[in-house]
Amino acid sequence: MSRTERLTPSHRLWARHHPEPDPIAMKTLGFWLYMMSDALIFAGLFAAYAVLDHKFNAAGGPQIKNVVHPLEAFVQTIVVFTSVLAYSLAMVGLKARNRMFVLAGLLSAFVLGGVFLGLEINDFATLVAHGITPERSGLMSIFFVLIATHGLHMAFGMLWMAVMMAQVALKGFTTEVVTRLLNLRLFWVFQASIWVCMFVFVYLNGAF
Amino acid sequence: MFGRLTLGQIPYHNGIVLGAFIFAAGAGLVIMAALTYYRKWGYLIREWITSLDHKKIGVMYIIVGLVMLFRGFIDGVMIRTQQAMADGPHSAGHLQALHGYLPPFHFDQIYSSHGTIMIIFAVTVVLTGFQNIIVPLQIGARDMAFPYLNAVSLWLTAAGAALVMISLFVGDFSHAGWVGIIPLTELPYSPGVGVDYWDWALQLSSLGTTLGALNLITTIVMMRAPGMTWFRMPFFTWASLSTQTIGLTAFPVLGVALALLSSDRYLGTHFYTGGMGGNLMLYTDLFWIWGHPEVYFIILPAWGIMSEVIPVFSEKALFGYTVMVAATLSIAGLSWAVWLHHFFTMGAGPGVNLFFSVSTMLVGIPTGVKVFNWSLTLYRGRLRFETPMLWAIGGLILLLVGGLTGMMLAIPAINYTVHNSVFVIAHFHMMFLVSVYGIFAGMMFWFPKVFGFRLDENSGRKFFIFFSLGTATTFSAMFTLGFMGMTRRLDYLYDPHWQPLLDIEEFGIFLYCVAVFYFFKMIYVSLRDRAKESHGQDVWSTSRTLEWMTLTPVPYYNFAVIPEVHGRDEWASRRESGFEDSGPEEYEDIHLPKSSIAPAVIGALAFGFGFGMTWRIWWMAGLSLLGIIGVVILRSFADQSGIVLSADAVRRMEQKPEGTGIITDHISPPVAELEALS
Repeated sequence: MSRTERLTPSHRLWARHHPEPDPIAMKTLGFWLYMMSDALIFAGLFAAYAVLDHKFNAAGGPQIKNVVHPLEAFVQTIVVFTSVLAYSLAMVGLKARNRMFVLAGLLSAFVLGGVFLGLEINDFATLVAHGITPERSGLMSIFFVLIATHGLHMAFGMLWMAVMMAQVALKGFTTEVVTRLLNLRLFWVFQASIWVCMFVFVYLNGAF
Repeated sequence: MFGRLTLGQIPYHNGIVLGAFIFAAGAGLVIMAALTYYRKWGYLIREWITSLDHKKIGVMYIIVGLVMLFRGFIDGVMIRTQQAMADGPHSAGHLQALHGYLPPFHFDQIYSSHGTIMIIFAVTVVLTGFQNIIVPLQIGARDMAFPYLNAVSLWLTAAGAALVMISLFVGDFSHAGWVGIIPLTELPYSPGVGVDYWDWALQLSSLGTTLGALNLITTIVMMRAPGMTWFRMPFFTWASLSTQTIGLTAFPVLGVALALLSSDRYLGTHFYTGGMGGNLMLYTDLFWIWGHPEVYFIILPAWGIMSEVIPVFSEKALFGYTVMVAATLSIAGLSWAVWLHHFFTMGAGPGVNLFFSVSTMLVGIPTGVKVFNWSLTLYRGRLRFETPMLWAIGGLILLLVGGLTGMMLAIPAINYTVHNSVFVIAHFHMMFLVSVYGIFAGMMFWFPKVFGFRLDENSGRKFFIFFSLGTATTFSAMFTLGFMGMTRRLDYLYDPHWQPLLDIEEFGIFLYCVAVFYFFKMIYVSLRDRAKESHGQDVWSTSRTLEWMTLTPVPYYNFAVIPEVHGRDEWASRRESGFEDSGPEEYEDIHLPKSSIAPAVIGALAFGFGFGMTWRIWWMAGLSLLGIIGVVILRSFADQSGIVLSADAVRRMEQKPEGTGIITDHISPPVAELEALS
């Protein structure tokens, strides 16, 4: 049985000068939790991919091995990780409080993200030109939607990067800008990790 | 220009819908006229729409939820009335219906909206509102971790609710059940806009709930008062933490299930189609992977409320607190491992069925622990049967009925025989009613804290009695009908033997209507007599947790000085040790967030997006989406420093006599007192 605590006059009742929680720590935790919900979106899609990756779901149309090129996807992998590296260099610049350094890093990460998306769009366009569209079969539906969802995340990250470049240039390193830069790093690394899962489960596993 | 939307889509030829429209439009006009006449528009926008105060956001959540609860209740009345009228081949038809008074398509929309509204837009929303109001108070925080995001969550949820409401008057609602029976929701079988309304309404509110979940979790993890260790947290906060963990992890899966369905409907993909390599069970699994955790999402906070109410009115600490915490967390964990019991009959095979049968029965263990702990809290307590306690004990009894029938359904052999029968319906209504009883317990319990006056005890008691009589009458008949073989969702019933029991259900519904009358009477009488019923900070005089330490009504900064916490029931220890009146000697400046119109604008644009997508008005959907992105970017450039309330102002606020109005200036910041933070 729990008993109610007895208090004596020696107990301090009020927390004077109680510091407010650190805003960066709080927003970082919140953003980690948000990334968890994002991870579950991808988990759901990967589960759907696992279910639909069967020759019956190809409905007589192409199977995964007919539509993926692991080598081209490997180039994409290199590009996305170079982009992450560029972003990390920007974070080095942040430690040094060097605005130009940060802007250069962000810009390189942005451009490499654009190259990644360009390769992906080119890949999709080639497939569509061969008559392989999401409408072809359940398997093609999940193939396109899974990869396009990741692509949308990348595009969103690039939009965010563009906004951050403007904010770094205009506002400098305020608490808010730093928090956002840190969280964008988390987002960007996370998208790269998701790409690794795509590369392994869709491109490598599908091709061989 | 307007996609599929034409004037012909407004169903003015349907007398029932027209009546509902006239009622809703009339009520809306009266409210708007009143706002204009009393010059309250500015007040409404300044104090509520733009507010980032967690208590006001919570109150708005609860108002949205109660409006939807009423709408869902009317749907329930219509379903029961149709079934009571449409039993047997000789039952008459009225209003162009063959049997009863509703044609099948209309009836299908009503049961779909009843389920969708009650689960997603009533119970979920009201409980989220309670957590918004109470959790920061219970942990001794001044606000949520992300006040702005909190308002965004509210307005996204409200946009979803508005989509459901407008579907009543413009076009149709889904006819495919609240679960979206596949492949009925696919384009060839549902070419209309009903399924799209359902789809986008769920999608928007699900996004709101996910964002709300990460906000509450961060609040609980980061913002507890000094001394409040994990095992000193009030139990409702634990319940909320478990609930929001479910919310954060389960709702994205619903998002995926619905997004793939939208992809099928809008882009012509084949995720869930019958042919072309689609997989019907994929939808069913994804939906219930969210759907079952959602069940616990709405029942855990209700149990949390019961765990707060029962100790206060037993004048004892909660029995077995640690075990209760473990039970709540394990239910949240198990919620992920039971989804397949919603479709035992769909050919998963004996091995799989066995696994999910056992995992479902495992849920009974922590739930049983809870029931025993509540009973042992009551045991040898100094019991007072005021209205919150009545609802809490009512919920406890319903939980026994609902839980034990749930254990029956966990056995696949039994499940096969009663699958899709109204026995199942009666079972899950018992469980949802536990949530509803929890909601009313919480409402009676915390209303005086938030508004400063008590709800009328006399009509509140009658409300409880008639509600419980209605529950007993309706659902005992429904359990019986289930055993007699009546299946769910029937607009015409072929067996005349069911008539007496259907009449009993209809009588039960009548009792519910009486209860609703007493609910409105309770609100009216309480508002009228609010001066008489006003009271100090601790209305029940045996309350135990931090929220009762603040002024009543709670000032917008919650705590003038953050309290130090020494034990589990801090307020009870202070009261019993004679430190009830030991306020802080010195005050300090308080930082608060500024109000912002942006969340409401985002909500309005989200509604525009949902409406545009539903009717395929592409420019509207596109512009709304761009608008949302634009608002978010613009705000990220804006100055977000909050406001500061000086120590002197806090002292003056704290020394004022208690307010008696519904919303006194205690709750809203006096503009003159504020200085912009430079």
